[in-house]
Amino acid sequence: MIRACLVALLSHWRRNPLQLFAFLAGLALATALWAGVQAINAEARASYDAAAATLGEGQFDQIVPKAGGSITQQDFVALRKAGWLVSPVIDGRHDGVRLLGFDPLSSPASFGVGQVAQTGNLAAFLDPGQLYSNAETAERLQTDIQIVIDPAIAPGIAVGDIGVVQHVLGRNDLTRLLLHPVQPMIRPALVDLVPGLRLQPANQTSDVGELTDSFHLNLTAFGLLSFAVGLFIVYSAIGLAFEQRRGLVRTLRALGVPLGFLVILMLIEILLLALLGAGLGIVLGYLIAAVLLPDVAITLRGLYGAEVAGTLEFRASWWASGLAIAVLGTLAAAGGRLWQIWQMPLLASARPRAWAMTSGRVQRVQSIAAIGLLMCAAAFLWGGSGLLAGFAVLGLFLIGAALALPVVVRPVLRYAEHAAKTPQYRWFWADTQQQLPGLSLALMALLLALSANIGVATMVSSFRLTFVDFLDQRLAPELYVEATDTAHAASIEETMAKLDVPVLPLLTIDIEVRTQPAQLFGVRVGPTYRDNWAFLDAETDAWDQVEAGAAVIANEQLARRAGLWVGDEISIAPGVSLPIGAVVADYGNPKGQVVIGETLFRQLHPDVTLQRFGLRTSEPQQLRDVLTNDLGVANSAIRDQSAIKAFSLQVFDRTFTVTAALNVLTLAVAGFAMLMSLLTLADLRVPQLAPVWALGLTRRKIGQLELLRAVVFAALACLFALPVGLGLAWVLLAVINVEAFGWRLPMFLFPADYVRLGIYAILAAVAAAAWPAWRLARTPPNALLKVFAHER
Amino acid sequence: MTDLAPVLQFKGVTKSFVNGSAAVPVLRGVDLSMDAGETVALTGESGSGKSTLLHIAGGLDTADEGTVHVAGHDLGPLSDSARAEVRRKDVAVVFQQFNLIPSLTVSDNIAFQARLAGRVDQDLIKRLSQRLGLTDHLGKYPETLSGGQQQRVAIARAIAARPKLLLADEPTGNLDEVTAAEVLDQLLQLVEETGAGLLLVTHSRAIAARMKRQLNLRQGRLA
Ligand SMILES: Nc1ncnc2c1ncn2[C@@H]1O[C@H](COP(=O)(O)OP(=O)(O)O)[C@@H](O)[C@H]1O
Ligand SMILES: [Mg+2]
Repeated sequence: MIRACLVALLSHWRRNPLQLFAFLAGLALATALWAGVQAINAEARASYDAAAATLGEGQFDQIVPKAGGSITQQDFVALRKAGWLVSPVIDGRHDGVRLLGFDPLSSPASFGVGQVAQTGNLAAFLDPGQLYSNAETAERLQTDIQIVIDPAIAPGIAVGDIGVVQHVLGRNDLTRLLLHPVQPMIRPALVDLVPGLRLQPANQTSDVGELTDSFHLNLTAFGLLSFAVGLFIVYSAIGLAFEQRRGLVRTLRALGVPLGFLVILMLIEILLLALLGAGLGIVLGYLIAAVLLPDVAITLRGLYGAEVAGTLEFRASWWASGLAIAVLGTLAAAGGRLWQIWQMPLLASARPRAWAMTSGRVQRVQSIAAIGLLMCAAAFLWGGSGLLAGFAVLGLFLIGAALALPVVVRPVLRYAEHAAKTPQYRWFWADTQQQLPGLSLALMALLLALSANIGVATMVSSFRLTFVDFLDQRLAPELYVEATDTAHAASIEETMAKLDVPVLPLLTIDIEVRTQPAQLFGVRVGPTYRDNWAFLDAETDAWDQVEAGAAVIANEQLARRAGLWVGDEISIAPGVSLPIGAVVADYGNPKGQVVIGETLFRQLHPDVTLQRFGLRTSEPQQLRDVLTNDLGVANSAIRDQSAIKAFSLQVFDRTFTVTAALNVLTLAVAGFAMLMSLLTLADLRVPQLAPVWALGLTRRKIGQLELLRAVVFAALACLFALPVGLGLAWVLLAVINVEAFGWRLPMFLFPADYVRLGIYAILAAVAAAAWPAWRLARTPPNALLKVFAHER
Repeated sequence: MTDLAPVLQFKGVTKSFVNGSAAVPVLRGVDLSMDAGETVALTGESGSGKSTLLHIAGGLDTADEGTVHVAGHDLGPLSDSARAEVRRKDVAVVFQQFNLIPSLTVSDNIAFQARLAGRVDQDLIKRLSQRLGLTDHLGKYPETLSGGQQQRVAIARAIAARPKLLLADEPTGNLDEVTAAEVLDQLLQLVEETGAGLLLVTHSRAIAARMKRQLNLRQGRLA
């Protein structure tokens, strides 16, 4: 009995290979999309980590020489012996490439050599004496040392074991010592041990960590959206297959197959198919990630059971989440259908339910559900707080909007029917209304895909604009220099003046504003600040006032925390209060900051000496040489911000391209759902079209009208998707981000992108409708005639 | 459960359907007894409850009151799956709508119920296909056959399962007169050969006249 039944059930797919293909392909695409996002998320995280590691020299407190120069081996040994947990770093230049040597055993920072440091594969790192850099840098390096290409390392830098780097540089001293975050409670003071060295606290100004975390969160949200789109597609695929087999189920039961047995058999069947689809999807996901990510090597390493431990974990999470989406999604989708079959009376009519769904009751229920969900979303928005509430808003809003779509579309179609002039078009609009229930799932999938696209495009583009602005503002000076003392600072300033290099001195001291710790900065107001700083809100002449010592600039974090805004007075020193002239967006910085003019700062804090500068130059490399060779500035005291900026942008652009490609894929999947629904409906439509054909509409015309219908549906979905997508972007930027990080990303609109997306969607719908329409247009007349014959 | 026991027995069977709030009685106490090998015609106006009676006999539906015995089984106390087993092994139904499995070939359709019942007789299937003129169509799918051919496939499927009781609900209702007569001839011959009991619902006096016994359903009772 099992065999006979299984053969009967599976023969459905054999006779409808297209449906099987659609089902598997839909499931595979959805799984692939999910798995792809997962992979890209992981990859992006790795890239950010690489960036953070390269930028992360400032993450740790360091010990550096007081007057430029270097640290001797003896100093290092003395510190270690006294209990200081320090790790040596050598930093020098060779062939215009910055060489960083560190001790992988003791270093708290990994300098971007993530895999080596993480896997603990130290032997490989230490043994043959090799350097690590990206391909481009490797070409520039002329050395007998073997260079291992690692794309995760920031451009222009090569790293290696300290001994190797010392050998290449022909030096045996050290540049600085990194302090472990955890140090013994009792250790001798630094001055007593090594009088020539000083402690340089970790600096936060270049930390883009929080900004990238935020982007990451949004990428995760995008993964969730893909999941939702995938779920819709699986749901509609299974729904249609079950719909078509209601007659079969009835026949099998009439012939004596027990209901419970049949339901279990169908469950097994659908799970087997789900596993097949998921398997294909996971392979496809790998391919997507491999194509999208420049770093194919990592993916392949993951595929072929790599030698790197970190990659194995990566693979397990792929499989698990890919299988999970397929099986859970399929179960969720099939559960309802199986329940219906369980409930279906043996002698019920085999009439497909898609047509029964036209009943007003279903529509009423759907409207009520949509309104309920949207109201819940609103309630969470006003009443809720926390990240979970933010995600609840997101989910409720999206599902509510999807359910509302058919409810909103129907009156539009009804109006079109009334407005139609010719009987032919009146029939067309009426018929379109009749198609709505059968297509509504595909339409919801299209709507979700489109809204996700619009939302994510808006989010990512807004994010990018903000990010670039932020980098311009934060990293405006190409070089950032730290002098050892006032005299050193003065000599640097003097030389720079001679070279015509604009100097931006930076004076800083910790203060308290309304019990909040904050940093007070004194800056020399000039074109760099005026041009690059992006204010959230400002008086028109804010910089003039700051220069004149009549106002301050506060960063967003401080303003929000202290409950202050432009125009409010702020106390920056005992007895000194100034109005806030502007609030500046300062992403990725947890600290409160107040900026005042250089003159005022020197008046308030005459004891604070000038030690830090920003330098503007178009030739950072040459200026760097001047600083190190002529002025005795240690390499570690110079930060090449233009390189950091370039690298950050490159990392970001990579993610950006990937997201854009994923967007296109989501649309393709939605198009697929549409194709599937249309193909399934096409068979059911023959009896409906026969009378129209008999009344004089050519088959060709019928085919054209089918295409037109797809365009109408897609256009309506697009129109509806625009507000939904923008709402989605708004929730992501203004709700979820604020909940997660305490600051809000500004939202920009990109109408050209939306128009392009709309065109894609309509093209996808036309592509999906083309084949079914062509098939209908070529339905042989005798198939249409059969409808009227007794025999059918 | 001897051969002498009736293959189908109704005692005081009633059935009503709920229509809105009112219960509409369809069968008001049906008594019926059929022996193995007996052929019985069931006639009655449209809506008189013929199909309902047939469904109850086939275990597809249940009686409100009274007892129903099929091939020695009392259907009343049986669970759903036990009734399914009776359907699978002892009864076969030929529907007006054929109810073939569209995704299986003609030959798989013919063998299908026999497979479910666990008694495939390739010889019988071969003979049936020959007798019913289906030999040329065995590899085809049902949708490509004419109505008469599809009904023959349904009959072959029912008989190939070697049921003790064969129920047919207007099996020739969808066929033209000549085809109907042909199909009926073949059905009666096959029933005679296999010794199954046949209860056949029909509108046609001519067809009813070919059965051993004629029953008329009127006002929920048999006469
Ligand atoms: N599942 C059902 N629910 C409600 N009423 C039914 C159902 N099945 C049959 N009926 C009613 O029972 C009566 C008898 O139906 P049926 O047995 O099909 O008649 P016949 O086959 O003699 O034409 C009809 O009035 C029909 O409307
Ligand atoms: Mg009937």
